[in-house]
Amino acid sequence: MIKDITIGQFFPGDTLLHRTDPRFKIIILITFLTSVLAAKSTVAFMAVLCSTLILLVLSEINLRILLKSVKPLLFILIFTAVINLFFVKGESMLLHWHFIKIYKEGIVNAVMMVLRLVCLVVGTSVLLSYTTSPLDMTDGLERVLSPLKYIKVPVHEFSMMMTIALRFIPTLVEETDKIISAQKARGVSFDTGGLLKRVRALIPILIPLFYSAIRRAYELAEAMECRLYRGGEGRTRMKVPHVKGSDYIFLFVMLAVCVGIFLLNSYEVPFI
Amino acid sequence: MTDKAITLENVTVKYGIGTPFEKTALDNISIAFPKGKITGIIGHTGSGKSTLAILLNGLLKPSEGVIRLENEDIHKDKEFTNKIRFRVGLVFQYPEYQLFEETVARDIGFGPRNMGLTEAEIAARTAKAAKFCGLDDDTLKASPFEISGGQKRRAAIAGVIAMEPEVLVLDEPAAGLDPAGKEEILGGLTLYKEKTGSTLILISHSMEDIARYSDYILVLKEGKMFDFGTVEEIFSSADKLFQASLDVPQITKLFIELKKRSITCRSDIYTVGYGAKVLISELKNKER
Repeated sequence: MIKDITIGQFFPGDTLLHRTDPRFKIIILITFLTSVLAAKSTVAFMAVLCSTLILLVLSEINLRILLKSVKPLLFILIFTAVINLFFVKGESMLLHWHFIKIYKEGIVNAVMMVLRLVCLVVGTSVLLSYTTSPLDMTDGLERVLSPLKYIKVPVHEFSMMMTIALRFIPTLVEETDKIISAQKARGVSFDTGGLLKRVRALIPILIPLFYSAIRRAYELAEAMECRLYRGGEGRTRMKVPHVKGSDYIFLFVMLAVCVGIFLLNSYEVPFI
Repeated sequence: MTDKAITLENVTVKYGIGTPFEKTALDNISIAFPKGKITGIIGHTGSGKSTLAILLNGLLKPSEGVIRLENEDIHKDKEFTNKIRFRVGLVFQYPEYQLFEETVARDIGFGPRNMGLTEAEIAARTAKAAKFCGLDDDTLKASPFEISGGQKRRAAIAGVIAMEPEVLVLDEPAAGLDPAGKEEILGGLTLYKEKTGSTLILISHSMEDIARYSDYILVLKEGKMFDFGTVEEIFSSADKLFQASLDVPQITKLFIELKKRSITCRSDIYTVGYGAKVLISELKNKER
C-alpha cells in the first residue's frame, strides 16, 4: 500500500528533456508555469495546451504513469469543476432548474480551470520530476539559488538536506513495511476498533520508525565526517555540468512561447 | 510418522500478478511440518525462505493452495486468520527494530496484551519468556533502547515466545550474534520447545546450527521444494546439496576428506562434539 507513493520518481531515458541542464530546466519550468497561469483568453489557453502536449511527447513518458501522478488530484479537480460550473454567473443561461443555474461562462471556466491544473501538474512532472534524477535536481536547485549565498542563505546545506531526504524515502518506506509486519505478527490490528484505538495502534510503528531514522541520521553524519565533509565551502565537483547549445535554444523557445501566450491573451476564439 | 502441526498443500505465491514484474516466489510447495520437532529451512538467498515464513502465520495469503494448522484452513475467515498470529509466532530477521515500549518487560508483554489476557497472566508469561531467553531482572526494567544488541535480540524473541505459540517460526534468529550469544539463544529455544511441546521452524544460513539443533530439514531452491528429510538424510547426500548452491556442515566435509584418506570409516558426522567422540574412539581402536 505504501509502495504506491511516487515522490521524486525519476524515469531514466535519453530525450531532449533528460539531456537538458537541470538549471535550465528549472528556469524553463518557471517560465512555463508563468505562461500556464497567465493564459486568460481561449486562444492563449489553446497554445498552453499545445505546448504541454509537445512537452509530453518530447519526454516519452508513459501515459499510464502520468495518469497515476494526476490521480491524487482527482478530488481537487472535481471540486474545482463543480464550483465553477454552478457558481460562475454570466450572460447566457443554458439551464435553469429550481435553484440550479448553469451559464455558458461557467462551463468554459470549469473546463479551463481543470485543464489548467492538469497542465501545471503534467508540466512539472515531465519537465522536472520524471526526467531529472534527484541528484541532478538538487544540484541544479543549488546552482540556481546560489546568488542567495550573498545574503547569507545556506543554499548548499539546504540542497544537501534535500538530497539526503530524497535518498531516504525508499529506505524508510521499506522499513515501515517491515515494522508493520513485525507488529502485526504480535497481534496489532489496524483495521478494527474506534478511532482512538486505531491511532493508538500506530504508536508501536512510529516509535521504532523514529528511533531508526534518528540512528540512521547519526550514522550518516559520522560517515560523512569520516570522508571529511565540512559543508559547501571550497567543495569541488566530480561532474561539472556543461551548458550546451541546445539548452539555450530550448530556453529561448520556451521564453518565446511565454511571450506569445501573453500576446494571444487579447484574442478570443469567436464561437466560444 | 509423527503428527503434523502445520501443513502446506500445493502452495504457490506470486508477486505482482498481471504486471511485467510478475515473479513466482514459491512454486507448488506441499509439506507437513512434524509436530513437536524442530524443522530447519535452508536455501540460497532468494529461494523463498522468508516468504514461506510470512505465509505460515497468515500475514501473506498464498496465490494458490491451502495452509492448514491442525487441519483447519488458516484463511477460512478473517477473524480466524487474526487469531492464527497468536498461535503461530513469527520472529522476523533482525527483529530488534520491533521494540518500542518503555521497558523491556512491557515490550515482551505487548503480544499477550493484544491477546486480551489479564495483567497477572501477562506478568507470568513475561517472566517465563524472559527466562527462556536469558534476560535478567535488571534488563527487564531497562528501556529497550538502552540495552546491548544481543539483549535486544533476546527481548524481541521473548516478545514472541510470551504469546506461547504452538508453532514458532524464526527467520535467522542468531544472525550477527557472537558464538556465545548464538548458543544461548538457540539453546533457550530448544528448551522452550521441550518444555511446551511446541513446533519450531528455524530458517538459517548456518549449516552448523541447522545440523546441531534441527530434527528435520527442508531444502528450498528457487522457490521449489528441493528436498525434505531428517538431518541424516539431507546431509548424507552432499552432492545433492551442492546442486542447490548449499553446503554441508564443515565437520561433515572434514570427515568426508578423512574417509577418502582412510583415516576414519564414517562420513555421517554432522556436529563437532559427536565428530570428536567418534574420532577419539576410532583412534583408540587403532592403537590397540
